[in-house]
Amino acid sequence: MCLAVPHEIIKILDENRAIAAAGPVEVEIRTDMVSDISIGDKVLVHAGFAIEKLQGSEGEEICSLWEELREVMENENASNRK
Amino acid sequence: MKTPQTENKEKIVPILSHALNSLLEEAATKSITVMEVCGTHTVAIFRHGLKALLPKSFKLVSGPGCPVCVTDQSEIDAAISIAEREDSIVATYGDMLRVPGSWTSLQECRARGRSVKVVTSVTQALDLAEENPDKNVVFLGVGFETTAPATALALIEAKKRKLDNFLVLCMHKTVPLALEALANSEELSLDGFLLPGHVSVIIGLNPYRFIPEKYGKACAIAGFEPFEIMAGLLEIARQVIKGEPTIKSMYPRAVRPEGNRTAQELLDKVFEPCNAHWRGLGEIPLSGYKMRPEFEIHDASLRLNIEKKPSPLPTGCRCGDVLKGLISPIECPLFGRACTPMKPVGPCMVSSEGSCAAQYKYDRKGQL
Repeated sequence: MCLAVPHEIIKILDENRAIAAAGPVEVEIRTDMVSDISIGDKVLVHAGFAIEKLQGSEGEEICSLWEELREVMENENASNRK
Repeated sequence: MKTPQTENKEKIVPILSHALNSLLEEAATKSITVMEVCGTHTVAIFRHGLKALLPKSFKLVSGPGCPVCVTDQSEIDAAISIAEREDSIVATYGDMLRVPGSWTSLQECRARGRSVKVVTSVTQALDLAEENPDKNVVFLGVGFETTAPATALALIEAKKRKLDNFLVLCMHKTVPLALEALANSEELSLDGFLLPGHVSVIIGLNPYRFIPEKYGKACAIAGFEPFEIMAGLLEIARQVIKGEPTIKSMYPRAVRPEGNRTAQELLDKVFEPCNAHWRGLGEIPLSGYKMRPEFEIHDASLRLNIEKKPSPLPTGCRCGDVLKGLISPIECPLFGRACTPMKPVGPCMVSSEGSCAAQYKYDRKGQL
């Protein structure tokens, strides 16, 4: 029930409503809970409401994880060489 | 076609798993037990077979993070009693439809011609109230902090639009205090919590601070992709092994440390905390929401004089123990026999986010 799906804002209807798309599916959503929405913004939609504007991307999160993992693996290799 | 990003996402999962295995092996830790709190996490873990990638000494148990599942039997019965009334239309999210009450379900009420409408947003219930001025339209307010702000907004709008026939049966609950009950449990002896991503979008990090500070449990907030869940579990293992419990968000693109302030203000304007009954966990003080006096005109319990009477659980159903993480679904004697998704006995088999439904769909024999 707490499922929220990322959507992209494709049209602003008024102060509190917008059209957002998830893949080919377009829906009207409420934007009362997020501020400064623009076309192209990515938002998380739950039960017809945008609950947060997404900052950055999944790709960036993956990159930062790779960095952390590289550290873990380097430590591991170092301890294996001992 | 796979994009480089999809490939990266797929590649990183086994590497995270390898890192987790190495970490536990090196630390020679006896075992780590972590509760995934959120029902959406439970389903994702089953769907992607993530348990198979965990070290044997890393135990993952499901918690009370499916709002429909933790809705008390007395609340289900109260919703059904409203559906039985001639003067009311019940508007509900679809998950509630098939949950068995003590004598029937909302779905059966609907089949008998009672007015039960499925909505995907509370705004549709507002529209129903406008279209049916001679009926009470009763929205079933189920859900955690993720869902409750939308109900708050609808109540503000109902007041503005003078829709006095829009009522809410308020069953909303808040997650952090339920976690306190679980963190305290000696039966469970948890080392950490994988915290729910979308509840955290609303409340931020602060409401969970007591978990590491008072109870010494490790915490990570995670999104719902396999790599995000594995990264969350790895983070928890690191905290446990280092003996430095804290809260780390592994879902920074969605969760701001302070949460969504607008949503928090909506909650605060419309609701105040009240004691709430959780299936399995019993009454937890101040873990629910009730409407503030200025919104009581929309309170279905008061307007329709609905009593929430204690109701016994179905015989043999162990949803309560499943929700507390004390047993896995397959340990329930009814699982897969008397209780199946086609003919559910308890709510954990009904809801798409229920642990029993997820276990039945993805790992019926408990092989993972």
